[in-house]
Amino acid sequence: MAIENLPLGKAINLGLRQAMLNDPKVILMGEDIGTLGGVFRVTEGLKNEFGADRVLDTPLAESGIVGSAIGLAMRGYRPVIEIQFNGFVYPAFDQITSQLAKLTNRHEGAMQFPVVIRIPYGGHIGAVEHHQESNEAYFLHTAGLRVVSPSNPHDAYWMIQEAIASNDPVIFFEPMSRYWPKADVDTSASNFPLHASRVVRPGNDVTVIGHGAMVSVLLQAAEVAATEGMSLEVIDVRSLSPIDYAPILESVRRTGRCVIAQEAPGNVSLASELAASITEKCFYSLEAPVLRVTGFDTPFPPAKLEAIYLPDSDRVLDAVDRVLSY
Amino acid sequence: MADETLDPMVQFLTPEGHYAPSASAEEFLPYFQRLTEADHRKFYRDMVVIRRFDTEATNLQRQGQLALWVPSHGQEGAQVGSAHATKKQDHIFPAYREHAIGMIRGIDVLEIIRVLRGLTHGGWDPTLPEHGNFHIYTLVIGSQALHATGYGMGIKFDGATNTGNPDTDQAVIVYFGDGASSQGDVSEALVFAASYQTPQVFFVQNNHWAISVPVSTQARVPLYKRGEGFGIPGVQVDGNDVFASYAVTAKQLDDARSGKGPSLIEAHTYRIGAHTSSDDPTKYRTDAELESWIARDPITRMEAFLRNSGAPQSFFDEVHQEAADFANDIRRRTVDLKNPEPASMFNHVYTDPHPLMDEQSAWLANYEASFDEQGGGH
Repeated sequence: MAIENLPLGKAINLGLRQAMLNDPKVILMGEDIGTLGGVFRVTEGLKNEFGADRVLDTPLAESGIVGSAIGLAMRGYRPVIEIQFNGFVYPAFDQITSQLAKLTNRHEGAMQFPVVIRIPYGGHIGAVEHHQESNEAYFLHTAGLRVVSPSNPHDAYWMIQEAIASNDPVIFFEPMSRYWPKADVDTSASNFPLHASRVVRPGNDVTVIGHGAMVSVLLQAAEVAATEGMSLEVIDVRSLSPIDYAPILESVRRTGRCVIAQEAPGNVSLASELAASITEKCFYSLEAPVLRVTGFDTPFPPAKLEAIYLPDSDRVLDAVDRVLSY
Repeated sequence: MADETLDPMVQFLTPEGHYAPSASAEEFLPYFQRLTEADHRKFYRDMVVIRRFDTEATNLQRQGQLALWVPSHGQEGAQVGSAHATKKQDHIFPAYREHAIGMIRGIDVLEIIRVLRGLTHGGWDPTLPEHGNFHIYTLVIGSQALHATGYGMGIKFDGATNTGNPDTDQAVIVYFGDGASSQGDVSEALVFAASYQTPQVFFVQNNHWAISVPVSTQARVPLYKRGEGFGIPGVQVDGNDVFASYAVTAKQLDDARSGKGPSLIEAHTYRIGAHTSSDDPTKYRTDAELESWIARDPITRMEAFLRNSGAPQSFFDEVHQEAADFANDIRRRTVDLKNPEPASMFNHVYTDPHPLMDEQSAWLANYEASFDEQGGGH
């Protein structure tokens, strides 16, 4: 056991460093990630340690970054890209969805594209427009991509290394509001593989499911529920594509009740897919409809309204009450 | 149109096939002079064979054997010249009309037929040595410019260029058209290539029409000047003069391999055929314009040059027989092509195991088998 108490941002920094030490083909690319260390300092110190040829302060052009990373992957590199903020990824949409995601298939397996795209996402940071979106659904819908999101520093440290080791492209969503709180990281061993969902708090009455920053909201809700005599089982999805259904289905079959929460808008989202699949596969165990607690289907509002927009533990508990009322 | 008042195009052969180098051709002259008579004949042969192939593929599409065809008719000079200018170790990133380049780099052009028959999205494996580092086609206009630039960055990071050894130093060449020059990805590729000083040639085949939109809508200054603002020098060449295309590309690639960074070539040519077999160019361009370009055809120009140089009729007869045999072989093999297995659509979506692929391929297999059990298939 080697335990370090770290914030999530620093855990990713250490994970990136370890991956770069392990494999000289791992290079970092992005805007302001070198000398500055990234706007969130996630890559701080890495340019000094590994040099400007492995930590590239690229020109300010997202499609250019992803498109040139594809060429580097063809050459045998394993590029790890930082998109500065969630809403800045769209200029690279063709290169991610029509090129990166499909090129292994187009090459009939003759080439691999082990590119990781890190995207800081989510609200709770009082940011201006385009800086607080949860836009993971666009990428969940695209064949050829894998999509993951750590909720805590330990997972972040290991999942970034596992994402880099993946031979497929991985979109790595980092919950911005969780960059700073510290927690224990065991740097000697990962407990779960990249694409595993996991029960983070066992319970009996209702299964509550979320990912990224929402997991801490669900844990708060479970604390409150416990004081009211309700036992919530909290599941961290971790891998949004593919989804590891086994722990989720086992839990829902046991509790018979399920609430799915996310910051992203609900319409055609991860929660939609989870709700449909859970309903299909747990139909005879369900005591109540599967409910979704999500952001509204509006643009992410100005910062002074984000506390209303984002699901909090009260909104989660409201849904818990509803599934328990059946 | 080339603006002759700015910089004359590099040209060695007049449209009538007379050797008359333009003033701008002078710095490229050594590259022309190193060509032998055998090279001249090879260039001609390749142009004739690929045009015959192109005609055969167009016919196959008309007969329902292909879903679509993308004709290269008219652009053989730009393609054959530049392809022969590449070296074995170079990497070529085509758009989707570069059939001659693929053939010269070593792919079986039946692979292109397979793509357009609807059997595969890719066609050939660019990692196989016999395929000459000819990468697969890209259908989203201009996207490949960034892949080429990234590949060039990798060459540079690997120290695989500018070592002083012309037989191993690597370069990349990316092909795109006048329409693609408007795409953001091409501009971003120029930015990245300039920033990282990639060993790279941007080769624009200006065939004057992006489907129905003329190049005058894409650019108010000549395309060969497009790189200047990015710090990438440009040169314009008569793309229907196979010698000019060869000499300029060879020199620019040599410069790229020897650390001089990226450059841009605009090859003036013309798409004699339709954009694709689904297109009708009579709706947007005039017969007079078409005729003016047929008068500048790269193959008739080269034929005139070779005849003036003493090539016998038997040579031309042999080339035309070879082209006819080539086309017949393509036709025979096209109609013999087998459809892919249904299960193959789940292959290579991911490299590592993926539960949805396993689940859905198993479901499809069971579903298909259920018809067999009911007796009679479907």
